[in-house]
Amino acid sequence: MDYDKLFQTVVNSATLGSTYALIALGYTMVYGILKLLNFAHGDVFMIGAYVGLGVLTAAGGPLDPSFSPWLVLVLMALAAMAACALLGVSIERFAYRPLRDAPRITPLISALGVSFFLSNSAQLLFGAEHRTYDTFNIAGGKLYEPAVTLGSFSISWLRVITVVSAIVLMVVLWYLVTRTRIGKAMRATAIDRDAAAMMGIDIDRVIMFAFLLAGGLAGAAGVLFALRTDLFPQMGFTPGLFAFTAAVIGGIGSIPGAMLGGYLLGTVEALTVTYVTVWVGLPVGLSNFVIFSLLIVFMLFRPQGILGRPEIRKV
Amino acid sequence: MSEGPAIGRDEWVARADEIIERHRLLGLADRVPGWARLLAFVVAVAAIPLITDDGYVNSVVFDTLVFCLLALGLNVAVGWGGLLDLGYIAFFGFGAYTYAILSSDKFGLHLTSPLVLVIVLVLGALLGFLVGLPSWRLVGDYLAIVTLFAYQIFISVVTNGHDLFGVDLTGGVNGISNLDPFDVFGFELPVSHRGIFNSNYVYVALVLFVAVFGALHLINHSRIGRAWRALREDTLAAELMGMPTDWLKLLAFAFGASVAAMTGSLFASLKIGVFPETFSLTLLITVYAMLILGGVGSQTGAVLGAVVVYVFLEALRNADVSGWVFYLAVVLALLYLLRPRWMVGVVLAATVAFGFVAHAVAGAIDESWTAGAPPDAGAVTRALDVWVAIPASPGDAKPVAYVVLIALLLVSTVVTGVWRYALLVPTLYLAAFVWETVLAPQPDVTRFALLGALLVGIMITRPWGILGERRVEIV
Repeated sequence: MDYDKLFQTVVNSATLGSTYALIALGYTMVYGILKLLNFAHGDVFMIGAYVGLGVLTAAGGPLDPSFSPWLVLVLMALAAMAACALLGVSIERFAYRPLRDAPRITPLISALGVSFFLSNSAQLLFGAEHRTYDTFNIAGGKLYEPAVTLGSFSISWLRVITVVSAIVLMVVLWYLVTRTRIGKAMRATAIDRDAAAMMGIDIDRVIMFAFLLAGGLAGAAGVLFALRTDLFPQMGFTPGLFAFTAAVIGGIGSIPGAMLGGYLLGTVEALTVTYVTVWVGLPVGLSNFVIFSLLIVFMLFRPQGILGRPEIRKV
Repeated sequence: MSEGPAIGRDEWVARADEIIERHRLLGLADRVPGWARLLAFVVAVAAIPLITDDGYVNSVVFDTLVFCLLALGLNVAVGWGGLLDLGYIAFFGFGAYTYAILSSDKFGLHLTSPLVLVIVLVLGALLGFLVGLPSWRLVGDYLAIVTLFAYQIFISVVTNGHDLFGVDLTGGVNGISNLDPFDVFGFELPVSHRGIFNSNYVYVALVLFVAVFGALHLINHSRIGRAWRALREDTLAAELMGMPTDWLKLLAFAFGASVAAMTGSLFASLKIGVFPETFSLTLLITVYAMLILGGVGSQTGAVLGAVVVYVFLEALRNADVSGWVFYLAVVLALLYLLRPRWMVGVVLAATVAFGFVAHAVAGAIDESWTAGAPPDAGAVTRALDVWVAIPASPGDAKPVAYVVLIALLLVSTVVTGVWRYALLVPTLYLAAFVWETVLAPQPDVTRFALLGALLVGIMITRPWGILGERRVEIV
């Protein structure tokens, strides 16, 4: 047994899972309240990555930043979160709010349109070519140096930062949702929108707040994700799809479910790429085949997810 | 819709009153019988290759027919069955790949095209059954996401199909090349005839189109068609009436899949080869936009939507034409949205005046701000050069202008009264600026960004499209 490979797979699962969990939270919050599959969420995440790139460039680029590279990283994340929160709220205001009482398929198609518009707009403005944060040069390669060493195993700063900041954000979210007034209003709206409105909750504000949180998390996830991969206008699609699935697996509408699902899916992906394809003898490129087949089977037998409650169809 | 939550109001009754208003012209079109509309369309399309032997025009006609077929097929599952199928393009790809495998040097098989079409029809229906199976347990967005997974599986298999347990089935990213042209029992139709597009393909596509249109029309007016609509309006009620809803869903998927797969074969017979990236999500969104613009549930609407959207997309490709299309579309949109109509004239006149002032001011501040259009620009751009201030190197102004334009457009939808008109003037001028600097130079991206925006716009202003069926949906 190759323990080093196993250890790397576990670390990989945690990093992938953190990003998926952050995006999945956005899907689950919006779905919980609006019963809308927000297809555009993956593209909000992509915009976040590009905003991060913009801040990095404005700060002088990775090689020669005008101030501390750690501060630059924090600024990148904050700017991306702010921009994406604003973007999320405007999408809700202009593309979904007019359709709130329409049949469910209508906002879904509107969401597809927004998604398509955002990814093509990004291509118009930033070009189709792959860009990168050039993470290897941020802080002189410090991000790739081991932060934690356990015997012969080590974890790089990059992965520690990704996992820790994701967990911090999730704790903040947990606090906002369970311990504040607006959080309580959000939960009430998710349970029954009409009843919440009758209790005097401002539904529009609650929905806006959900999109604000969702956008902020997606922006942070975009920067964290782009530290490890390339940026390109369609980069939001696959992580978006995986994160949505993570939300479904965890039980859509359930916030702990989204976190659980995110890490679970990260693990499944990391394991499939490293092990399953080898055992079955499939080419590595077919790992998506395995993942999506498993997902279809899961959806068929437990569409309400692990922590979700089955949706009762009312006549 | 903006009155807030409708508490204590019966949504069903409220929606029943919502009559889809039809324009006078559409009302006129309604009085023309269906067969006459079809005949007029067929005659018009058939006449094009006779009038012109321009290969480009004829190939556009062929592609338009392909999209008409795709939209008709999608209409079965989405429009009649009410099932959101996001894996639809996989069926199209499946048909194209099946043609490539059965009719090329890849495996040395050279079956005659009608035979391939029949095989694809059957296999496509079977694949439709398979992909449709989850609809027994899942509905709505869950079904949509599972069909999207099915599409991902298709792409994954096709992209990696050069080494499936040692068998090279699909050629991977390189696809399959050198397909046989369409042939009818040995009588071949070469793809190009004396160096230009062989217009006979238009007739092949037209024959298939009429067959599919007629067959679907008959199904729609049969027991199955009525059952589909019952299923779409209320699955539970349909089930209680004794309809085999599970089988009806599968049938809707299978019919859509067969049409898409046959279209895929037809499409492949003309192209040099089939490649995974042809069957992209962009194609899916395009077909959806066609169906939704034309009107979900209406066959005439699907065809109309396909023609309008495809011609629009092709026109945007050509620098000389795209400018006309864009400015014409802006004026038409204003005519559709602004009331009273004469305000459109006022707004446009104010925009023109605003433009000349802005151009003069920009030129007075810095010469390079109005340095002008690139030399390879289209005629409209060159003509507008005196009015739109195009800097020598727009650079950073481009993303800023683009984002500000979108913000202004969105704000102008919420402000009312005189402010809206006041805001429209700079917005329109900025739109011209963004068009000339950002959009027109990158037609291939622009046309799809506009398609996305169009989809959102239709959903908000007219979700039933141009000719959509009136329906009462229980929310």
